[in-house]
Amino acid sequence: MTELLVGTKKGLFLLDGEPGTGFEIAGRAFAGEPVDFATRDPRSGRLLATVTSPFYGPKIFYTDGDPDAEWEQAGGIALPEGGDQALERIWVIARGEAEGILYAGGDPGVLFESHDGGANWEINAGLWEQPSRSDWQPGGGGLCLHSICTWPGDPDKLAVAVSAAGIWLTEDGGRTWRRGNEGLNPRYLPEEALKDENAGRCVHHIERAPREPSRMFMQFHGGVYRSDDAGMSWSDIGGGGLPSNFGFPLMVDPADPDSAYVIPLVADVDRVTPDGRVRVYETRDRGSTWAARGDGLPAEHAYLTVLRQAFSRAGEGGQLELYFGSTSGEVFGSGDAGSTWSTIASRLPPVFSVWAC
Amino acid sequence: MAVVCVRGPLCKLAGGRAEHELGEGTVVELLRALECGHPGLGGWILDERGVIRRHINVFVNGERGGDSTAVRAGDRVEVVPAITGG
Repeated sequence: MTELLVGTKKGLFLLDGEPGTGFEIAGRAFAGEPVDFATRDPRSGRLLATVTSPFYGPKIFYTDGDPDAEWEQAGGIALPEGGDQALERIWVIARGEAEGILYAGGDPGVLFESHDGGANWEINAGLWEQPSRSDWQPGGGGLCLHSICTWPGDPDKLAVAVSAAGIWLTEDGGRTWRRGNEGLNPRYLPEEALKDENAGRCVHHIERAPREPSRMFMQFHGGVYRSDDAGMSWSDIGGGGLPSNFGFPLMVDPADPDSAYVIPLVADVDRVTPDGRVRVYETRDRGSTWAARGDGLPAEHAYLTVLRQAFSRAGEGGQLELYFGSTSGEVFGSGDAGSTWSTIASRLPPVFSVWAC
Repeated sequence: MAVVCVRGPLCKLAGGRAEHELGEGTVVELLRALECGHPGLGGWILDERGVIRRHINVFVNGERGGDSTAVRAGDRVEVVPAITGG
């Protein structure tokens, strides 16, 4: 049984099922509220959701029980008081390597840490106090810290991505950070601006290959990249069969460090699936070649947008399951590593995030 | 004393009471005092900068007020979510 947590513009939907036999909506929480992201920590079983009320601001809620019952509000999700900025949104929650550790990323380029499984949080001062912060430039979605990649077995190593302040790396548990943007080519900037390391590096999503942690993949704002040195430098792998180098989400097969999946959109000026067809593209050779995986996906007059947190996986290798949702309210799933697909849900509110567990 | 009125989830966070008697001051000062009595309200009406969130409206005796609007004894302050959405 696979559980899908689908964050939408109008609440969190919980789906249960198995690829091939169908899914059912088993619950809904935060009715009417935008749920940006939701996850379940497999260590504790705790459900966590980030909710950005248009009235009351961003919050993290959690529950250890029935998701249809009342959730607890987590403490500490706020910027330091008395400053000139307010927290705009929490984009992602990620499980840390050490017991009870969770991370949350948000706008404006902020990382939170929890040491008690998500009940209480504190800001990561090392990143918050970066001297260059005042020069960081937001992307269209704000100055969002949207990707958090831990290093299996080493809780001191983290990579995070901020749109559009690029990649930030730490090897001391978040006390100090350094950039990891070498090789990225923001074609949307004048060439002279590339020398300015604060000029926008609009990273859309990063993932780490768990079996070979120095291997990472990135969907960039115009480019797909691979790093073989833990995120310090990047090589463009966006040729080799992709219909476009623009998109948002990216996923990997944990069993295969050479694998990655992307869902290309036409371009930044036309953020829909190319040619009216919905296709996921897979590489198994580190990005040298890409193959379209669309069997069972809409194949004509389908102009979908898939957001950066709306692509998830469960299992690995031959049992790899892939799921993604669209802003037009559909969720698609594959139980065979992308070879065939089916529609898991339709007519949901716009899908912001999908989490499979 | 002035009366601060909250509704919806704010009422629940404020101990289940819609009306709260508070002293005089500016709107923000009264809302800070309300938060002090009900810490669960922290961050819901005022953000980290100490200002009223953009999509929350405050009315003082039926007229639109702001952060620094003066509130005197006998005044009634209504805290209302804005009419926004999509």
